[in-house]
Amino acid sequence: MPRYGMVIDTKKCVGCQDCVVACKTENNIPEGYNRDWIVTEVKGKFPTVQMEIRTERCNHCSNTPCVSCCPTGASHIHEFGGIVLVDHEMCIGCKACVEACPYDARYIHPDGYADKCTFCIHRVEKGQNPACVEVCPTHCMYFGDLDDPNSEVSKLLQSRKWHVNLPDAGTEPNIFYLI
Amino acid sequence: MILAEQIIELTTTRHNPHVDPFMAMWEWQIPVYLFLGGMVAGMMIISGYFIFSNRYKVADCSCFSIPFTALVLISIGMFALFLDLAHKPYVWRLYTTFQVKSPMSWGAWILLLIYPALIANILMKPSPWMLRFIPRLSDISVKINQHPFLIKNIGVLNMLLGLMLGAYTGVLLSSMGSRPLWNTSLLWVLFLTSGLSTAAAYVHLIAKNKEESELLAKADNGFIVIELFIFVMMFLGLLSSARPHIEAAELLLTGAYAPAFWVFVIGLGLVIPLIIQLLAVNHKIKHTPIAPIMVIIGGLILRFIIVEAGQYSHWFNAHLK
Ligand code: SF4
Ligand code: SF4
Repeated sequence: MPRYGMVIDTKKCVGCQDCVVACKTENNIPEGYNRDWIVTEVKGKFPTVQMEIRTERCNHCSNTPCVSCCPTGASHIHEFGGIVLVDHEMCIGCKACVEACPYDARYIHPDGYADKCTFCIHRVEKGQNPACVEVCPTHCMYFGDLDDPNSEVSKLLQSRKWHVNLPDAGTEPNIFYLI
Repeated sequence: MILAEQIIELTTTRHNPHVDPFMAMWEWQIPVYLFLGGMVAGMMIISGYFIFSNRYKVADCSCFSIPFTALVLISIGMFALFLDLAHKPYVWRLYTTFQVKSPMSWGAWILLLIYPALIANILMKPSPWMLRFIPRLSDISVKINQHPFLIKNIGVLNMLLGLMLGAYTGVLLSSMGSRPLWNTSLLWVLFLTSGLSTAAAYVHLIAKNKEESELLAKADNGFIVIELFIFVMMFLGLLSSARPHIEAAELLLTGAYAPAFWVFVIGLGLVIPLIIQLLAVNHKIKHTPIAPIMVIIGGLILRFIIVEAGQYSHWFNAHLK
């Protein structure tokens, strides 16, 4: 069984927001809502400052507080590659999962259910890449099976330095940022 | 954020409603529900204790009036919870499953069990107006009163479920590692004690029996002292923890929520009513309804502050070393 994850090369990301637009179009995201977004992080002491631009979304964590807290089982880890999903028909809109995610990756859809990135599972099941990965003009995003040592994502993680977001929160995220 | 003279500046393009710029998903409904849940928990424990310890044999024991008020209050609380749901037609999904890791699922089932326990307590001695509506209730009441063992168990059941309800209102928040202010295992003890304190204040207010009223005022003083102690312990724990937890504690101690916390929760909600009630139980002044009312309002404001400040507290991205 694969374990899907993403590797994002922050050396290549320019923050063009193509991934954001692609997600909104592909998944019909209502106006004013985002499943993915761009973060710019500037760090240092003038004049020695560093900048990192990265595209963020639900990390499809291995340890999922959003799933544990869900009272109905609507939030679940799908058997297909460990993708974290919400079953809209089971969600009561209690917002517990939105609160439980340390990345604030979720929101309540205007139709009432909790919503977030699905890794475009409808595309992945057909062997395609998620929409954001597909459109990135700098090819900074890679999607694949983290459990397969020969996959492109695994090889990148072996050969390059990387970080994950909020490692201290203990969620074991599956989105890795190459630095 | 400034760390060792270095600046870390995060800019995001995300602007999801009620999530950005900071989490504000849970509005007034949740603190109101947590407050009512806590108070009802305290009422069930007090009433259950009165039954268990045979106090119910005193004719004007408040254990006969508490459960009906508790029933009304918990129903209002559950209605507030329902109002908070964004996907209301699907609310029944709560009761087609039991999710063992989800405090909210536990809560949903506990709430369901509370009704029969409260109703059993009411049926021990239904009010005259209830008998007017359903005269048959008196037969049930006679039957229950023939079995002292059953009565003892009604007391135990109320205490047990009260304990579970009061604890759960805290665990619901403290299980969320994502919000550092909530993420302390003392939160359930704080909410349970605050629930007991507000319930004691309520019973002190309404008790017809003088001795009982006095007893509850004394008990409330004890609960308030314990609550103050728990606050100290909770802040010590947070302040000696990781940076996000320290910042979360500072939100209440010196930050944006400090004025409301110190004035309404600690000052007007705990310390001043404690002083008034200490003077009253020592017969220096007469009992006044002001102190218990202050305790009850303080309990409500506590839930508002904890829910709001907790949502505001967050982890920061500290990956760049
Ligand atoms: S990023 Fe948040 S919503 Fe996504 S799996 Fe992790 S905890 Fe859940
Ligand atoms: S909002 Fe929906 S998916 Fe999230 S915890 Fe509640 S029921 Fe589960």
